[in-house]
Amino acid sequence: LAPWVPVVGLEIHAQISSNSKLFSGSQVQFAAPPNSLVSFFDASLPGTLPVLNRRCVEAAVMTGLALNCSINKKSLFDRKHYFYADLPAGYQITQQRVPIAVNGSLSYNLCIDNKMSQMVTKTVRIKQIQLEQDSGKSLHDDTRSQTLVDLNRAGVGLMEVVMEPDMCCGEEAAAAVRELQLILQTLGSSQAVMAEGQLRVDANVSVHHPGEPYGVRTEVKNINSIRFLAKAVDYEIQRQIEELENGGTILNETRAFDAKLGCTVPMRDKEGKQDYRFMPEPNLPPLILYDAKSLPANTNHQQVVNIDWIHERLPDLPSVKRAKLVEQYGILPEHSFALLNEDGLTEFFENVVKQTQMKPKKVIGWILNVLLSYLKQHSLTVKESPVSSFLLADLLNLLEKKEISSTAAKQVLAELWKGEGKTPLEIVKEKKLELIQDQKELEQICQAVIDGQENEVIMMVLG
Amino acid sequence: QVSAALKEGHVTPTELCQRCLALIKSTKFLNAYITVAEETALKQAEESEKRYKRGQPLGVLDGIPVAVKDNFNTAGIETTCASNMLKGYISPYNATVVQKLLDQGAVLLGKTNLDEFAMGSGSTDGVFGPVRNPWSYSRQYKEKSVPKPRSVDEESNWVITGGSSGGSAAAVSSFTCFAALGSDTGGSTRNPAAHCGVVGLKPTYGLISRHGLIPLVNSMDVPGILTRCVDDAAVVLGSLAGHDPKDSTTVQDNFKPFELPNLPDVSKLSIGIPKEYHAPGLSSEILALWSKAADLFKNAGAKVIEVSLPHTRYSIVCYHVLCTAEVASNMARFDGLEYGHRSDMNNSTESMYAATRREGFNDVVRGRILSGNYFLLKQNYENYFIKAQKVRRLIANDFLKVFGSGVDILLTPTTLSDAVPYTEFIKEDNRTRSAQDDIFTQAANMAGLPAINVPTALSERGLPVGLQFIGRSFQEKQLLTVAKWFEKQVKFPMIQLEEVKRHNHDVFQHEKSASFS
Repeated sequence: LAPWVPVVGLEIHAQISSNSKLFSGSQVQFAAPPNSLVSFFDASLPGTLPVLNRRCVEAAVMTGLALNCSINKKSLFDRKHYFYADLPAGYQITQQRVPIAVNGSLSYNLCIDNKMSQMVTKTVRIKQIQLEQDSGKSLHDDTRSQTLVDLNRAGVGLMEVVMEPDMCCGEEAAAAVRELQLILQTLGSSQAVMAEGQLRVDANVSVHHPGEPYGVRTEVKNINSIRFLAKAVDYEIQRQIEELENGGTILNETRAFDAKLGCTVPMRDKEGKQDYRFMPEPNLPPLILYDAKSLPANTNHQQVVNIDWIHERLPDLPSVKRAKLVEQYGILPEHSFALLNEDGLTEFFENVVKQTQMKPKKVIGWILNVLLSYLKQHSLTVKESPVSSFLLADLLNLLEKKEISSTAAKQVLAELWKGEGKTPLEIVKEKKLELIQDQKELEQICQAVIDGQENEVIMMVLG
Repeated sequence: QVSAALKEGHVTPTELCQRCLALIKSTKFLNAYITVAEETALKQAEESEKRYKRGQPLGVLDGIPVAVKDNFNTAGIETTCASNMLKGYISPYNATVVQKLLDQGAVLLGKTNLDEFAMGSGSTDGVFGPVRNPWSYSRQYKEKSVPKPRSVDEESNWVITGGSSGGSAAAVSSFTCFAALGSDTGGSTRNPAAHCGVVGLKPTYGLISRHGLIPLVNSMDVPGILTRCVDDAAVVLGSLAGHDPKDSTTVQDNFKPFELPNLPDVSKLSIGIPKEYHAPGLSSEILALWSKAADLFKNAGAKVIEVSLPHTRYSIVCYHVLCTAEVASNMARFDGLEYGHRSDMNNSTESMYAATRREGFNDVVRGRILSGNYFLLKQNYENYFIKAQKVRRLIANDFLKVFGSGVDILLTPTTLSDAVPYTEFIKEDNRTRSAQDDIFTQAANMAGLPAINVPTALSERGLPVGLQFIGRSFQEKQLLTVAKWFEKQVKFPMIQLEEVKRHNHDVFQHEKSASFS
């Protein structure tokens, strides 16, 4: 059987983290009472006009720069028309002709064979980033044959990040998205929490034989977590391969991922291909961005967005942070990944290091193997940890000074988890876990042990 | 003058308001108003009166009764766009221009009638019926009317106002208000101004905020100003122009309101006569007036030259493509879900949309939506929409070239003829009429230029005829100065309407054409 080459591309919608929406002043907030955050413009009241939110533009520029894109100094807005209950104006304002950023790249890392120690770096090309409006939410109430529409989300700013089909499997897609998520969170341009709908991923999947043209692709939607993304992509790849090997064909359709069944199913809603009748948005002039060179003299700083200014203020991206951690603390690259992968863990680690004499290379083991696994077991975030960095550092210091053994330390930690407010030293004293330093005392104990086990000793001596 | 009268206490805002309201009632047959906001108007007049008594009027517009076309949002007052789709729709906000008028103390009498969603050139295609031109009932028209062999039925002889801001034009023309807002997308302010014998100003695109104006073509719409004299138009313009953060297409430059010189001088100007505007169908009367007007300028020392705007003949088609495309887009929001008419059909969301839109829109609107969507289809976009945009650029460049060559103002007809009787007008469909009637006015919308209709003379039938001046972008001051000079020269007669006389607007007896400045 000829080998199959799976091809995976992604369209990612990231909700911009901003106080107000992309084109109106209503607030952006998760889980507010229905229709409580809707301005006249969001409800498409006739006569209302869009006014571009500066913060959203900055977020998109930041993200574009972080993804190595060219920022288009002039980009345009367009209307994309279709009728749906959650789209009050009957069109979405997006950037179809000239988006704000193009031609970037994202590097991400994969473990080979699930071994963290063997990592390989891959790159996916970023086709473009465009600004666009989010739609409202519609809930179908089948029992009463009605649709309930909540427009709180209508008009919230989105960055659509389009990743070229450079990926080949679920794992790669998941790793790429995870890295993008970390970048967005580092920049602050999006909180990118998938569970809250701030990051939504659609996957485009196709398969073909090497040397042949790309196959028909399907679009997979309704993926609610990174884990499900990998599953959905892999399932779809398998489904297509099986279909084609059985002599079937792949339809260019949209499919939804069913998390319960772990498979993709055709979506009923999308009937046929839509012609979106794109048209320039006449109420928004072209978006002009400046850099230090092109900035005209005497411009009001409030009225312009300066790409260079934003570039200078970009925080360290995850890849840079990881490299710095490795260099500064002598930890392994895979450690740095694990640190960045958990919100707040890096800070925790660094705080412990500051407060202890134990070498970072040893501290990391306690952080990643002991602390993290405990947190995972109890589904806690780092912020929720009952053991603070101060307490842990305290404990590690006792260990470092050889006042306790590492076994004892683990026992102390188990006590500390209870969060009863005792210090490590108090627990050590309470449970009499101190290491005995006195030589004579140790000899007495050993002698006592040997004396109590005469037979075994004779057996040992005889060989 | 009425402003001065208010200041000096010759008349109070309440009296003024009441007289206008009474006149509106007696001229109800004109059908100029869709909604008369009697209560709120009287309240506003009272407030104004208090201010005058304190000696603290807000400005020249304080206490002045005005009317607003029913496609501008007015908080608490029904805004219908003369459509079933928005019957009963009470907007929660004021359009910026409405707010500005109110902030100046103007008294909002009501909302005026129009063609449905401003689509049309007759003000005949709205759900509240057609607007009648007040001049139909003027002594001047009646005197010139050929008596019919059968029983003279005045009713069937009435002429249209032109459109689509016919209600506003009629309201100003019949003295029921001192100024009115219209909108102008292809001539909708200037056309009815010409037919009703009033001043109709289309400002430069981007000068006045469109926030709250229910759009027809976003890239061409402007709020229009209708008044009885050019000075009044300048005053209203002064109170409305300027950047609005709520409208991203308004220019950021500071606008300085201006007063027009009392004795304008046109001797240093260069007046252009575009030869392509000798359109087929142009009445010989208007042609003659146009020529006379050119002579007037020549005799005053201005340079009058023939110029060419070679792409004029493509403007109708170009306009049609771009206009319908934007209409299709702008009307997409009317789905019955959030506001406006919603059909009872509820088998599915789609069927509800379809029924709602069929019930809510008239044929004209639906026709334009269908055309527009056709042009926006992927396979047609390049050949129609993009092409039309390119042609639009060419048309705009024609003007740039002419203005760049030293011409200051263009002088053209506004309409092909004087107002036709309603029974004549409806023989052709809306699209045909619009295509014909917009011919002189449309190009200014394509190019975003300011233009103004100045009432010039009465036709042989005793009906008003106006001429149009087109100026450079943002040069309203120059445009209005020329218009004012011309107005003084032609001394257009005042309408002689029974109803107006009856209400004894003695304020008006001072001057030939009444004004408030």
